[in-house]
Amino acid sequence: MREIHCSVITDTVARLCQEANFYLGEDVIKALEEALAKEESPLGKEILSQILENSKVAAQEKLPLCQDTGLAVVFLELGQDVHIVGGNLYEAINEGVRRGYKEGYLRKGVVDKPFSARKNTGDNTPAIIHTEIVPGDKIKITVCPKGGGSENMSALAMLTPAAGREGIINFVVSTVEKAGANPCPPIIIGVGIGGNFEYVAYLAKKALLRPLGQPHPDPEMAELEREILERVNKLGIGPQGFGGRVTALAVHAEVAPCHIASLPVAVNIQCHSARHKEAVI
Amino acid sequence: MKVYTPLTDEVIEKLRAGDKVELTGIIYVARDSAHKRFVEALSKREPLPFDPKGQVIYYMGPSPAPPGKPIGSAGPTTSGRMDPYTIPLLEAGIKGMIGKGERSPQVKEALKKYKAVYFATLGGAAALIASRIKEAKVIAYEDLGAEAVMRLYVEDFPVIVVNDIYGGDAYEAGRAAYRLI
Repeated sequence: MREIHCSVITDTVARLCQEANFYLGEDVIKALEEALAKEESPLGKEILSQILENSKVAAQEKLPLCQDTGLAVVFLELGQDVHIVGGNLYEAINEGVRRGYKEGYLRKGVVDKPFSARKNTGDNTPAIIHTEIVPGDKIKITVCPKGGGSENMSALAMLTPAAGREGIINFVVSTVEKAGANPCPPIIIGVGIGGNFEYVAYLAKKALLRPLGQPHPDPEMAELEREILERVNKLGIGPQGFGGRVTALAVHAEVAPCHIASLPVAVNIQCHSARHKEAVI
Repeated sequence: MKVYTPLTDEVIEKLRAGDKVELTGIIYVARDSAHKRFVEALSKREPLPFDPKGQVIYYMGPSPAPPGKPIGSAGPTTSGRMDPYTIPLLEAGIKGMIGKGERSPQVKEALKKYKAVYFATLGGAAALIASRIKEAKVIAYEDLGAEAVMRLYVEDFPVIVVNDIYGGDAYEAGRAAYRLI
């Protein structure tokens, strides 16, 4: 057993919340530069240049890339040989979010009582925490601030097995088409396939954590990702919805076995401000 | 083209979908919860926190201002969520809105009727946009936190006309020009 103190977890989460919001990943910057080279629309090109410029300003001035600094989604890979000491693990994570959002001048964008009072909780907690128990004696923490605009355009369908591959592609493409300019294209599309109702949504979100430019290791899945991306980019939505060749930077799909009666599909849309930072303790 | 707020009918008549515009002057910030309160106030014939005649509303909720800056990051939020509240505000005299994303058919029709325009600014370029905001002050509903109503003074604030008073739609036109399926 390796002991890890809660204060280390809190410090790490506080730092990751800020880093994720100030510094766009190198993979996203590279994908945006490639999009700029590929885009044919003059306005689309101008928008992509400004998005890249924004990432420089944000990093230099330590300003959030986007004012929507998101709901803090935290993925934990908790080694089974770790013993957490000095407090409650989830409370330590929420304390990290509280501190990170305060110290980084990040927006507090969480409300309580969603259909009635909608009162701001004031500190961006609670975080959404996903925990996986893994072998080993380390903790990997990934903080993924997720904006509301793109999250709102996400969708889930319980397709029938007969819908097959084409059914999956059509559902993803129609979800992106309906989203139009709303989720701040160029987007990244996380697709979950299989599992069940709740697990497929988790897969779609997890797919967004994979670095851009890295196709799925399974050739069948990589081919599906490629085909969906090609179809989506024929929609013509373009950067910020003003028309163009680049509606999406990438499609990332994850798959799991499912029930004999089902073919669950989830589409989690990520805006161009694709923010996530990780640390291993 | 450079445009000054508040907006006059004369200026609005010149604007066409797809035009790039730089706005200078006062604009007001309000998003979901503030819109709900605006419309509740109007239905009770109570005044809004500012005189809406000719004014522009920016759909936005900024990140907190770091020391030495008037505002934090300040990009647009999705406008469609404000559609259910928009027509009463146009009736009250609002002439412009800034956000991102498509508006409902009802709102687009109302823009023609009330002679108002819908602009978009660059979603997710919030640090860059903040540099065009010179002054910012919370003027109402402070309890809403990031959703409080603010008055901003902006200089050369970059927007694109999405919907004009003639039925033009820059999103539809752009998509049609590049669509391959």
